[in-house]
Formats: sequence, structure tokens, C-alpha cells
Amino acid sequence: MSSRRSRISEEEINELISKLQSLLPETRRRGPGRVSAAKLLQETCNYIRSLSKEVDDLSDRLSALMETMDNNSAEAEIVRSLLRS
Amino acid sequence: MESKSFTTGNRDNPNTDLHGSKNMMASHFLRALFRIQQTSTSSSSFAGRSRRIRRAAYASMAYSAGARRAWSRALLRKLRSRARLRFPRRLSRTARPQRRDMDQAQVLRKLVPGGPSMDYCKLLEETADYIRCLTTQVRLMQTVMDSISSYAHHPMIP
Repeated sequence: MSSRRSRISEEEINELISKLQSLLPETRRRGPGRVSAAKLLQETCNYIRSLSKEVDDLSDRLSALMETMDNNSAEAEIVRSLLRS
Repeated sequence: MESKSFTTGNRDNPNTDLHGSKNMMASHFLRALFRIQQTSTSSSSFAGRSRRIRRAAYASMAYSAGARRAWSRALLRKLRSRARLRFPRRLSRTARPQRRDMDQAQVLRKLVPGGPSMDYCKLLEETADYIRCLTTQVRLMQTVMDSISSYAHHPMIP
């Protein structure tokens, strides 16, 4: 990466990083001063992992729930009403 | 059903892109769930159905973003190749402290579909969109869970 290119886009990168920060769940309140980009990226990685795990867990739970349902018309009603929402 | 609607919960922006893609995500996922339920037999394994549901979740995420995003294009390619969907799960427990954000970017690249071929700027952009989509999908699944399980506990009496 040429130095000219990194000078031009450093502002853009900082803006993108702060956009990412706004998406992360608020954990413990940090003291004044900015968090390092490295720390933010690390938290971003952990957040993506935890979201993926939630998808896995919810898939398991939905699978278990569906196993207990054997009334086709009832499910159809649920799906229809959810699609209406 | 008085539970808060997933797609129309936010009435401030009825016509934003996000609202449209939330609709698409919800209807795609629900149709997939319905198909899974219809094609599940008593001999279907729990794990197999759970895998199908998980796959449907990532598929509806990818379809809601469509071709607009690098991560969704990469995810769609993966889905169409019928490859197993694998995402790194271990929480970062690094032996040596990662100080430079460039090192963490490498870790992040493995977590975002299509990450390895993105430059740093693109990676940050795509990550933000991917996270937004993931959180939307998680909320959708929670809503579906709540609806179905509340029905199961309070069946409608004809």
C-alpha cells in the first residue's frame, strides 16, 4: 500500500471503524479517550462469533419446537399470520 | 397475536431499504421453515433439521442482501455449491497480544464471507453490513420462536 493511498483513506478508515463501533453492543463504559482500532476489531470479531452462535442455538431450538408440532393446519396458520405481519 | 411485528415494528421508516430487505428475509425464512416442517418425517434427525434451519437462516440473509454486497455474493456462492457452511467459532484467545489493527483484520477476514479477497476498507464496510444483517436474522428467529412457542402453550380453541 503506497503511503499516498493510506494518507487519503485514513479518514475514511476512521469513519468506517467508528461506524462499526456504533454497531457493537455496549459493554462496560470505557473511560475517556478512544479505543484502539485493534481492540475494536477484536470486539467486532467476538461479536460476529456470538451472533453466529445465536443463529446455531436458535436453529436448535426451532428444530426442537418443530419436532413437537404435528398439526399441519396450526403451523400453516402461524406461518400465514407471520407473513401477514 | 399482539406480539410486536418483526417487519413493521419500526414505523418511522416504512420505505427504507432495510425495511424491504427485512420483509424479504422474513418471508424467505418462513417459507423455508414451512418447507422444512412439511418435509420432515418422524425419522428425520433433530440435528439434520437443525442444520437445514441454520442453512435457511444464512440463505435468507444472503437473498435479502442479494447481489448488492460482496459478503452476500460470497455467501450465495457457498450456498449454491452445497458446501458445508462453516464459520470459525472459537473465541479469540491469542497467545501473543494483537496490537496492530491489521492483524485483527486478518482474523476478521475469516469471519465475514468473501473476506479474504477484500482490502481493509472494503472489509470494514462489508463487516458493518454483515453485522446488521446477522442481528436482523437473529431477531427474526427470536420472533418466530416466540410466536410458535406461545402458540404451543396457548393453542387457539376453535
